Amino acid sequence: MLNPISLAFKKAKQENRPALLTYTVAGDSSKKQSLDILKSISKNADILEVGVPHNTPVADGSQIQNSAYRAIKNGIRMDDIFKIVKDFKKINKKKPIILMGYYNMIYQYGENNYLNKCRTAGVNGLIVVDLPWPENKVFAKKCKSKSIYFIQLLSPTTTKERLKKIIKDSHPMNYFISMLSTTGGKLKISPKEILKNYYKIKKINLKKDIVIGFGITEKTIRNFKSADGLVVGSAICKEISRSLKYRQNPVTNVNRIVSKLKNKIL
Amino acid sequence: MKLKKGIPLIDQGDKLGFWGGKFGGNFVPETLKKPIEDLEILFNKLKKDKKFIKERDKYFKNWVGSPTRFIKLNNLTKHVGGAQIWSKVVSDANGGAHKIYNATVHCLIAKRSGKKIICGDTGAGYAGKMLSMAAKKFGLKCKIFMGMKDIQRQQPNVKAMKKNGAEVIPVYSGSQTLVDAVSECMRYWVANCDKAAMCVGSTVGPAAFVRICGWSTSQISRELKVQLIDEFGSIPKKLKLYNCVGGGSSSFGFWNEFMDYDKKQCEFIGVEAGGPAKSKKHAAPLTYGSKIGILHGAAQYVNQNSDGQIEETESISAGLDYPGVSPLHCFLKDTKRARYTAASDEEALNAYKLVTKYEKLSPSLEPSHAFSVAIKEAKKLSKDTIVVVNSCGDAYKDRGILEKRLGKKYVKSN
Repeated sequence: MLNPISLAFKKAKQENRPALLTYTVAGDSSKKQSLDILKSISKNADILEVGVPHNTPVADGSQIQNSAYRAIKNGIRMDDIFKIVKDFKKINKKKPIILMGYYNMIYQYGENNYLNKCRTAGVNGLIVVDLPWPENKVFAKKCKSKSIYFIQLLSPTTTKERLKKIIKDSHPMNYFISMLSTTGGKLKISPKEILKNYYKIKKINLKKDIVIGFGITEKTIRNFKSADGLVVGSAICKEISRSLKYRQNPVTNVNRIVSKLKNKIL
Repeated sequence: MKLKKGIPLIDQGDKLGFWGGKFGGNFVPETLKKPIEDLEILFNKLKKDKKFIKERDKYFKNWVGSPTRFIKLNNLTKHVGGAQIWSKVVSDANGGAHKIYNATVHCLIAKRSGKKIICGDTGAGYAGKMLSMAAKKFGLKCKIFMGMKDIQRQQPNVKAMKKNGAEVIPVYSGSQTLVDAVSECMRYWVANCDKAAMCVGSTVGPAAFVRICGWSTSQISRELKVQLIDEFGSIPKKLKLYNCVGGGSSSFGFWNEFMDYDKKQCEFIGVEAGGPAKSKKHAAPLTYGSKIGILHGAAQYVNQNSDGQIEETESISAGLDYPGVSPLHCFLKDTKRARYTAASDEEALNAYKLVTKYEKLSPSLEPSHAFSVAIKEAKKLSKDTIVVVNSCGDAYKDRGILEKRLGKKYVKSN
């Protein structure tokens, strides 16, 4: 059976649009609310990235940090995150879920143990921010044996030679970081230039689905319609923070944003 | 797991940067892979380059002020009764602490790489102060990341940084201490690695930073070796080197040249921050058996919960207030080359009181931790044992805390 992640890309391609990937932090601002958000946005999002909050994130900007600290403060644990995924999958089995986080959480859980839990819960892919290639080779193989995609990150600083090696070892989906930035940064370079870099990578192996993340917002998303997929994270986390501040319902507000994002790439 | 003889410890890591196959490494975002690799290649080249070494030595001698003194603490020795207590007064160095070595080397490397900006983290403020001094000296723009809690408790160093023209960026996330400052500094580097160089303030972080810092602070033991031979004719038969351990840069530098000696002749004792006596929190991952985890790009013993969230630390000493510890020290612990223990806030304060009462020396709260254990153990040691404590920082920066905890009379004597 094809991994639901690949199916989602296939479906989006048939509809002549990029796949929409959302990133929300598990447990933000509570276990129940983060599950409710996933349920409501899954109508418009093609792939759900679920952030595993960590308290020393070296690559996240302030918006995602705020979400992560909120979730940790509210007591989220690794097992709760697996449960959120499992509960979501009970009602929507086919919607692909990717867990995104830092390696220490996997290391403490034990790689094999973690992957078994992922599989039981229904996780389809993993992004590990601080486990780059070639350090991730062994773990990526383990993921493959459990039919979980290990998603490689590619950056503007990744050299051409390195790109080729990473892509050669990679699973069907990869993630291109649009610019030198932590998450949530403003676009520093033009969408045109980002796409130019993107196609350089895409050309290495056209069969791989490559998404673009970092700097994608309601304002910018339209420019990247030709990519395989687009990730929106900080803009959503920011909306959750805003909603909480004004005592509004984050679930409906986030749902509205995701639906707007979707409309812009149709 | 074994230490190799004849090879500097900083070069004993494997291809992926792991010491003993499990400590260190490069757990970094993809964006930093290339800048770190570039830095590693440049450093490997420069450390073999005679011209570069000459340049480093010139600045160490004329600007940092090398060698720092090696003195016998006669009165303290008499009072304690037991081993001879000596001190390597590294706080003599320009700026008042050992952090100047790493800062100088990083700025020299940054200049070679053509970078115009250098960013760094700081806890006690010494790493930041020294980086701001070196950046000014070498014409680099300087950005220092510092936790808000540390900004409040280490004001003299904050003022010094600003005076040197550095931008001090307060960090409000997490516990607002060193751990958060390092995270924020790394995040800044992720977003600006094309134009900025990064200086990690201790022997922590991705492997290249561990190596550069260790290489820089090793100046301390190079000097000490010469001074010991001058004083005793040879390396003493019973030598014990006491040093505080936070990230572990001063202790590693204090021990490096003595690595190949048998530990029966030359013992290393690392003293971590045990925190307040009444608190469960501490900054002593080696002493209290913390598990291996990943922090700031490296595998190390680190205070964390079972999920892998990094735990908050507590220590009177901002410079030791870090949940992890250098991979080099993890390696030295597991190979049993060094012994690690902890001193509480109160023990460090008492040691400070004792040292300043008997000697014209004013160790900051960090080395006061080392003095505490050295004094306790010296009592039980023979008169021909040479105890050396690295007084790696000056208490000037701590006068606010000292005044609050001990009263005004202890601050006047500084």
